[in-house]
Amino acid sequence: MDFTRRDTLALGAGAVALTVLPFRVNAAGEDAIAAFTGGAEVAEGGVNLDAPEIAENGNTVPIGVSAEGATAIMLLAMGNPTPGVATFNYGELAGSTMASTRIRLAGTQDVVAIAKMADGSFAKATKNVKVTIGGCGG
Amino acid sequence: MNFKALTAIAALMVAAPALTFADPDNDTLTINGEEMVTKAPLPAHLEDSMLTEIMSGWHFRNDDTQAMQMDDFDNPGMLAVEDAAAAWDTVEGTAGKSCASCHENVEDSMKGVRAVYPKWNEKAGEVRTLAMQINNCRTENMGAEPYKYDSGPMAAMEALITVQSRGMPVDVAIDGPVADTWEKGKEIYYTRFGQLELSCASCHEQNYGNMIRADHLSQGQINGFPTYRLKNAKLNTVHGRFKGCVRDTRAETFSPGSPEFVALELYVASRGNGLSVEGPSVRN
Amino acid sequence: MADGAKPRVKAPKSASAGEVVTIKTLISHKMESGQRKNKDGSVIPRSIINRFTCEFNGTSVIDVKMEPAISTNPYFEFEAKIPESGDLKFTWYDDDGSVYEDVKTVQVG
Ligand code: HEC
Ligand code: HEC
Repeated sequence: MDFTRRDTLALGAGAVALTVLPFRVNAAGEDAIAAFTGGAEVAEGGVNLDAPEIAENGNTVPIGVSAEGATAIMLLAMGNPTPGVATFNYGELAGSTMASTRIRLAGTQDVVAIAKMADGSFAKATKNVKVTIGGCGG
Repeated sequence: MNFKALTAIAALMVAAPALTFADPDNDTLTINGEEMVTKAPLPAHLEDSMLTEIMSGWHFRNDDTQAMQMDDFDNPGMLAVEDAAAAWDTVEGTAGKSCASCHENVEDSMKGVRAVYPKWNEKAGEVRTLAMQINNCRTENMGAEPYKYDSGPMAAMEALITVQSRGMPVDVAIDGPVADTWEKGKEIYYTRFGQLELSCASCHEQNYGNMIRADHLSQGQINGFPTYRLKNAKLNTVHGRFKGCVRDTRAETFSPGSPEFVALELYVASRGNGLSVEGPSVRN
Repeated sequence: MADGAKPRVKAPKSASAGEVVTIKTLISHKMESGQRKNKDGSVIPRSIINRFTCEFNGTSVIDVKMEPAISTNPYFEFEAKIPESGDLKFTWYDDDGSVYEDVKTVQVG
């Protein structure tokens, strides 16, 4: 039998293995936001959130945040059992209000960055990150 | 490939259209600014295979994972290299010696070593993997306990030795005294294992470039070992990875350090002859 | 985890006065989340680094509150303004009370 690689693939379309872990939400994320903002209004925009669209493994997902004029940025993984990830508090000698780190995501979900601005206002950015189940090949 | 193997593979393949086929990319891997050879012409012994060129597993990872390997600071596998550098100088065992007592500077004494392993050891009359050689020095030359074959300290010591060959082409011998072992490794590579009746070749030769359960299938090269995997956040040895791959075919697997895996390592290493030694690499 | 946690810092050795420099830090640490179970089903207790700070000559550059969702071997990249010659001091605070430190000197001029 002479199958090309793409034919093999087409056969696979019938018998599907789940690609992506399901989206999850929980109220704890909203609570954490409220605790950070004290319930103040949060504007969209003014925050950059750099995250992959598809993460190869949820264990180590690179994330970058920045927000001009922020004094602190809180990072949340809204679908994690405990949504808090980190809060960056910028000091007098911060060269900019940016930071990058690597985080854990328990499945496909929204990652949220909320910046607290010097004038006391809040701004936010949201990005959906798909987490794939790799794991094949040990 | 027979039909049964095909359906088994097909069943593992992914349906989501956006993810189904992604050719290996054409990016260039530099590590600390030094360019690596990640695509190379077929070694002569692979001319009757289905491959047209050999490729490092780096090309099959996404940009973020790739980037983590491009600078030693960003590569968490280098933490283990630092641990091993300390172990290199640490006296252990009844002979009161450290690796450095005999091999002095790892940078000089181990340069080029990784690139030619596994290799024939004349005195012992056997094919030795790097791990076997490390343990041989520990037990015979130091009177120390051997490391567990696929343990953290072993992976770290392999990584330290591997770094000294980084950028050099993999160049393992396949003839002369190792020929029999190499043939045995080749046979294992093409044997279909497990309920799924899949061989290494079913996935890594016939289907590289395809997505399998959301994982982008590479050629299963070992020029990047040991690998820091995002999945378990530690360095992984070649045999540890082989074990996982055989287990995925739902077969009983050989154990790390077994003659079967040693032969398989020699054979798989030779499929990468010409690629740069890249370890410790970063994989998902 | 008190032993085995080893910090690494990448920072420039020199800068011009007022220059903004990029800093990368990495520390070997399991960051056990407290949500994983071991083979017999019991929960592996949480053990993480919960705070990281960077100061220059005693003035804060960044102060990070860390949660269990930070990956094994925590990594940070950020920027600092260097007004004069002095020391960048990095401190990681472990759940178990351990404190890990590193210092990098930056020359100005
Ligand atoms: C008492 C001296 C001694 C000590 C201590 C020692 N070795 Fe060796 N090592 C040797 C000798 C001799 C050889 C060559 C042996 C051979 O070819 O069988 C060798 C060979 C090797 C090789 C293979 C080099 C090649 O070119 O193929 C590696 C790798 C190695 N040693 C690693 C280590 C490590 C790692 C340690 C510490 C854990 C260590 N050795 C400790 C004496 C020593
Ligand atoms: C069911 C398909 C499948 C089979 C069969 C299989 N593997 Fe894999 N293997 C994978 C997947 C998926 C990965 C992870 C993605 C990648 O790097 O290809 C992988 C990864 C690897 C890697 C890591 C590559 C790197 O760049 O780090 C090696 C080495 C490997 N396999 C060797 C083997 C060997 C040897 C065999 C036969 C004993 C084998 N595999 C059988 C699916 C398979």
